[in-house]
Amino acid sequence: MRREAPQRLADYGPLFFPAMMLIVFFVVPFATMIAVSFFQRQQGGFYVPAFELSNYQRFLSLFFANVLGFSLMLAIAVAICCVVLAVPFTYLLTRMARKVQIVWLVALLSVLSLSEVIIGFAWSTLFSRTAGITNLLVMAGLMSEATALLPSFGAVLTGMVYQAFPYTVLVLYPALVRLDPTLTEAARTLGASPLKAFFTVVVPALRNTITATLIMVFIFALGSYLLPQILGRPQHWTLSVLITDQAIYQSNMPFAAAMAVFLVLVTLGLVALTVIAGRKGEAA
Amino acid sequence: MTSALSKIYFFLIGLFLALPMIVVAGVSVNEKQTLAFPPKGFSLSWYGEIFLNPEWRNALLASLTLAILSAALAVAIALPLAWFLWRRIAPWANIFQLLGVAPFTLPPVITALGLLTFWATTGFYGQPWTAVVSHAIFFVTLPLVTLSLGFTAIDRSLVEAAATMGADDRTIFRTVVLPLILPYIVSGYAFAFVLSLNEYIVAYMTIGFTMETLPIKIFNALRYGYTPTMASVTILFVVTAAVIFSLVARFGDLPKLLGAMSSDDK
Repeated sequence: MRREAPQRLADYGPLFFPAMMLIVFFVVPFATMIAVSFFQRQQGGFYVPAFELSNYQRFLSLFFANVLGFSLMLAIAVAICCVVLAVPFTYLLTRMARKVQIVWLVALLSVLSLSEVIIGFAWSTLFSRTAGITNLLVMAGLMSEATALLPSFGAVLTGMVYQAFPYTVLVLYPALVRLDPTLTEAARTLGASPLKAFFTVVVPALRNTITATLIMVFIFALGSYLLPQILGRPQHWTLSVLITDQAIYQSNMPFAAAMAVFLVLVTLGLVALTVIAGRKGEAA
Repeated sequence: MTSALSKIYFFLIGLFLALPMIVVAGVSVNEKQTLAFPPKGFSLSWYGEIFLNPEWRNALLASLTLAILSAALAVAIALPLAWFLWRRIAPWANIFQLLGVAPFTLPPVITALGLLTFWATTGFYGQPWTAVVSHAIFFVTLPLVTLSLGFTAIDRSLVEAAATMGADDRTIFRTVVLPLILPYIVSGYAFAFVLSLNEYIVAYMTIGFTMETLPIKIFNALRYGYTPTMASVTILFVVTAAVIFSLVARFGDLPKLLGAMSSDDK
C-alpha cells in the first residue's frame, strides 16, 4: 500500500485525539509556564498577570550563578563517567549471544525504571554507618570501624551515575548493535590487538554517536532533583531542587517558572553549541 | 579485548548495579525495626506491612491505579498518531511526533512545573485524574516509540490487498493492522506502566498533597527516618519491573524494541 496524502476531512480522524491531547496538555501548559514566568507574585502563593523581568533578574545573582554552575558541572561529570563506563560495556554486550543480551537488557531496564527515591534510599543505606558497605570492609578486616560515607559529593555522583548508566547503555545500544563487525575483524586480521582495534576503529567510527550520547546523558542528569537532596549537602543542590522548592514550599510560581524557562534555554543552548561544534569537527 | 578482562569488567558492572539491591534486600528481611546489614534475624513481616498497614496499602493502590490508567491513556494517544503517520503522507504531522517525544526528553522538572501551573491556572489542581493525564503526557513517548517501530515492521502489501478487496480504513485497521501491532501495544503499555509506577516528580507536583503514591510515600517517610518497609517496597518494585520486562522479552523481541535488528536479520 502506498502512503497517500489525506484527501477528505475524515482521513484526519486518527490525528484528532492525539493532537488535541498533546496541544491541550503539553503545549498549553508549557506556554502557561512561560507566561507565568513574567507574572507578578502576590503574597500567599498567588500571582497576577503582568509583564515584568524581575523574576529573571533575581537569579542573576552570585547564589544562583553558583547553583547553575554546580548543576552543569555535576551533569557533565555524570555524563563523562557514564559514557566512559558504558561505551566498552555496550560494545562488548552487543557482541554477546542474544540470550545473554536479553538478560542484561532486562536488568538495565529494571534499574532504569527505578524511582529516584528508591535509588536514593538504596544508596543512602549502602553508604550508611549501620547498614552500609563499610560494614563489609570491617568484616573483611580492611577497616577498623564502620563509617558513614554521606552526605558527600562522591555519594551524589555515585547515585547519579547509577541512575544514568542504564540510560546511557540503552542510548548507545542501537548504534553499537548495528556497527559493522567486519570493521574490527579487518583491524584484527591486520594484526591489531583487541584493545587497539577498539580504540582505533570502533571509537572513531562512533564519534558522533558518543557526542550525541554525552548530550542526552547530560540532559538526563540535569533533571536529577532528589539524589542531591538525599545523598548530598545543601551546597550540592541543583537547579531542579531549587525550582521544586520555589514552586512547592515558597509558593513563588513566577520565580520557579522563570528558573525553569532559563533551564530549558541553557539546555537547548548547550545542545546547539555541541551540534555546531560537531559539524565543524566533521568539516575539518 | 581478552575475554578474561571483559568477564571481570562485566562482573564489576553487574556488582555495581546489583549491590544496592542486595543490601536493600538484606535490610528488608531484618527481624527488628532497624536498618542493619548483614540482617539480624529473618522475617518477612515488612513485606506483609505493605499490604496490612493502611497507609502503605493505600499508596500501593494509588500507584497501581495511576499506572494502569495513565499507561492506557498514553497508548490511546500514541496508537492513532503512529497509525496516521504510517498511513498518510503529511510531513507537517511529524510535529506531533516531536511533541510526543519532547516531554520525556526535557528535564522532568520542566514538564512537571508546566503541568502544575496549568492545573493551578485552570482550577483543577489536586484532582486525582489530573495525575493520570499528566503521567499519560509525560510517558506517551514510550508507546509512541514502540508503536512507530511496530508499524515499520508491517508489510504494506497486506494492507494493499485488503484495500483492493474493498475494505475501508476502519476495517483494515481492525482486521489486519491491529493483530500485527498488538505485541508493540503491549510492550509500549508495559514500559509506560512500569515507569509510571516509579515516577516521583510529576506525581508529586500535580497531586502530591492530596494523594500519596508509593514513591511519594517513601520520600515522605524518609524524612522521619528509615524503616524496613521502604526496603521491602523497593524490592517489590525491582521484582515487578524485572518480571514485566522479562515478559516483554519472552513474548516480544526485546533487543529489537531497543533498536537492534530483528533476530531473523542476523
